[in-house]
Amino acid sequence: MTNKESILSTANALRWEIGENIHDSLVESIYKEAQSITSNVVKTPAEKARFNFDVTLDRILTSRWLGFPLMFLMLAVVFWLTVEGANVPSAMIAAVLVDTVHPWLREIFAALNSPWWLTGIMVDGVWLAMAWVVSVMLPPMAIFFPLFTLLEDFGYLPRVAFNMDALFKKAGAHGKQALSLTMGFGCNAAGVVATRIIDSPRERLIAIITNNFSLCNGRWPTQILIASVFFGALVPAHLAGIVTAGAVVGVAVLGIAFTLIVSWGLSKTILKGEASAFSLELPPYRPPRILQTLYTSLIDRTLIVLWRAIVFAAPAGAVIWLVSNIHIGDLSIAEQFINWSNPFGILLGLNGVILLAYIIAIPANEIVIPTVLMLTVLSAKLSGVGDGAGVMFELDETNAVANVLQAGGWTFLTGLNLMLFSLLHNPCSTTIYTIYKETKSVKWTTIASILPVVMGIVICFFVAQLYRLIIQ
Amino acid sequence: MPTRSILFFLTAELSDKEKKMSNTINSNCEDCPVHNLGNLTKLGINMSQFDFVVALAGNPNTGKSTVFNALTGLRQHTGNWPGKTVTRAEGGFEFGNKRFKIVDLPGTYSLLSNSTDEEVARDFILFGQPDVTVIVVDATRLERNLNLVLQVLEITDRAVLCLNLMDEAKRNGIAIDDRQLAKQLGIPVVPTSARQDDGIPELLKYIYEVATGSYVCRPYRLEKTSPLLEKAISQLTNKIKNEFPELPNARWIALRLLEGDQKIIDSLKNGELKNLSRNNTIVSMPKQELVTA
Repeated sequence: MTNKESILSTANALRWEIGENIHDSLVESIYKEAQSITSNVVKTPAEKARFNFDVTLDRILTSRWLGFPLMFLMLAVVFWLTVEGANVPSAMIAAVLVDTVHPWLREIFAALNSPWWLTGIMVDGVWLAMAWVVSVMLPPMAIFFPLFTLLEDFGYLPRVAFNMDALFKKAGAHGKQALSLTMGFGCNAAGVVATRIIDSPRERLIAIITNNFSLCNGRWPTQILIASVFFGALVPAHLAGIVTAGAVVGVAVLGIAFTLIVSWGLSKTILKGEASAFSLELPPYRPPRILQTLYTSLIDRTLIVLWRAIVFAAPAGAVIWLVSNIHIGDLSIAEQFINWSNPFGILLGLNGVILLAYIIAIPANEIVIPTVLMLTVLSAKLSGVGDGAGVMFELDETNAVANVLQAGGWTFLTGLNLMLFSLLHNPCSTTIYTIYKETKSVKWTTIASILPVVMGIVICFFVAQLYRLIIQ
Repeated sequence: MPTRSILFFLTAELSDKEKKMSNTINSNCEDCPVHNLGNLTKLGINMSQFDFVVALAGNPNTGKSTVFNALTGLRQHTGNWPGKTVTRAEGGFEFGNKRFKIVDLPGTYSLLSNSTDEEVARDFILFGQPDVTVIVVDATRLERNLNLVLQVLEITDRAVLCLNLMDEAKRNGIAIDDRQLAKQLGIPVVPTSARQDDGIPELLKYIYEVATGSYVCRPYRLEKTSPLLEKAISQLTNKIKNEFPELPNARWIALRLLEGDQKIIDSLKNGELKNLSRNNTIVSMPKQELVTA
């Protein structure tokens, strides 16, 4: 018998000899000794504080009746501040990058005798795509991220998890999924990584597949813009901001509902199983450190996400210009595709422009809106807007957007379904790659990518039919 | 200037006799690192630029990430929710002319169960043998946090207690006699409020002293276990010590074997446990001695 085996057999023999449950008695002595040490060194105040801030606040924020309304209210306030605060700086940035720098770049290219196609790709394609992404994304992100981070720093997210735990349990999913869901509001790739806090592989897969139903930062600007054009316009100007924020919160809440429904469906079919138990400590509320939060959310989140958007926007800008300027027969590639896919788009309450935009925007959701507008101008042959084929233009006023979209044949239904489709479509390329890295499985990556877009098509189709049945 | 990772390959070729020589030098070396370079490499830690490795352990939501940022000067995003650190964060800092690598472990309540988080934390402390383990505790919940502290002290004898969130404790009127606590636990205790950087210089100083061996810890070991269990532990510990005389934490291994911990049983069988012995750590010797060896 080797020494190793003799050690093991001694251990086995001793285990029987001791008889008692070693684990329990060990844990017991750990607790006992921790208690005795603590009693020697800690002095707690004799009388309990009259008013316990944390407990009182928790009673309100996690109460049966007020928990959810307060959660939606807080979301609505965050979006309202974002919508109201982002308009002016967006217009200012657009004025500089598009109205001033763009013509100036054209002059430089002209002075250098650049061929027309090079000027087109670089200035009208690449530069305008980047300028547009910066002007439409930077202001909302610079407002939304710090506000969200302040809530996180304060300790609100675990309360959200607490409120939603029962719902997730009913859906057969893990309660901590509420945390990865809220992280997905920032970025789905980050949300997918955050699912690592879930131990059970089954529940983690559910959380990964459904994370795409959390509207990510790349989709917020789309939601906000389309909501202000089609929902904000329904009411008087002074109410527009509130109605817009309400519509965006509505879509976000719908996303949460889809998360729960799909989680339930998955745990009843391909990912069968019971929800596992877990403990989640509600951390104390901590006063947020305002300055540090501003710093980290600007550096860690805003600039990184913005940089990613720019990196993806540049080649997309070139692609948009090319498909709009390379002609097959009488029409450009873009127009060919739009005309060909338009009947299918209309069936879904969308149009060919939106479908093409979503294909071009697979790398990053952020560039959907610029692509949609550029293609709309192109296909509706609008004059006096933008600078010609494949040129993306500035959007300093939502009125201008509304005019363009209406001229392109958009209705309230198109706007509504674009918002739905923006919620329900395939994850962006970064998220798909992250899902693959986390699951190491082609099967689950495929399911996570295809499932939302199938749902999007089905739901848009039914909404379109219903809308046409009732309204028209 | 050859880096240590290159020296590692050189020393791997040394004959047994040379190994013995190196060992003698190693045991004479007062402030040598004790970490297990081979296992650290297996755990994915690159030590080529660092002298010491520091592990950061603690319950969830005690501010480990904040302490991590304060020590490294990094401004990684922290969040007020348990489980924020899903990826093992690594960073570095320099203090007293020594370069420290610091590894932020996932927050756990104990090291006794088999959840992924707890295994990651436990394996790192056991197999990586960090030169210092900083245990971050929530001063407002000391008793519960001490459960983990006592478990960590069973595994390693090089630890510093970071008594964090002192500002919150003060606000709640909780007073902690940190000197008495240090005396009882046998390791340095540093009160901090990492969010305000309070106490971080003292923490750095003690990390340095424990890493270099100028502060010798006499860690508290569980004493109120039942007599029967105690007897079994000491019997098995002796047996393990005979087989692996250089093993730094034979008592803890004995306890785990008695409990029937499959992972430890496996590591005994496949020889991983043997790698924990100090006589296999010649790879982490300082350069000068290697040259003479």
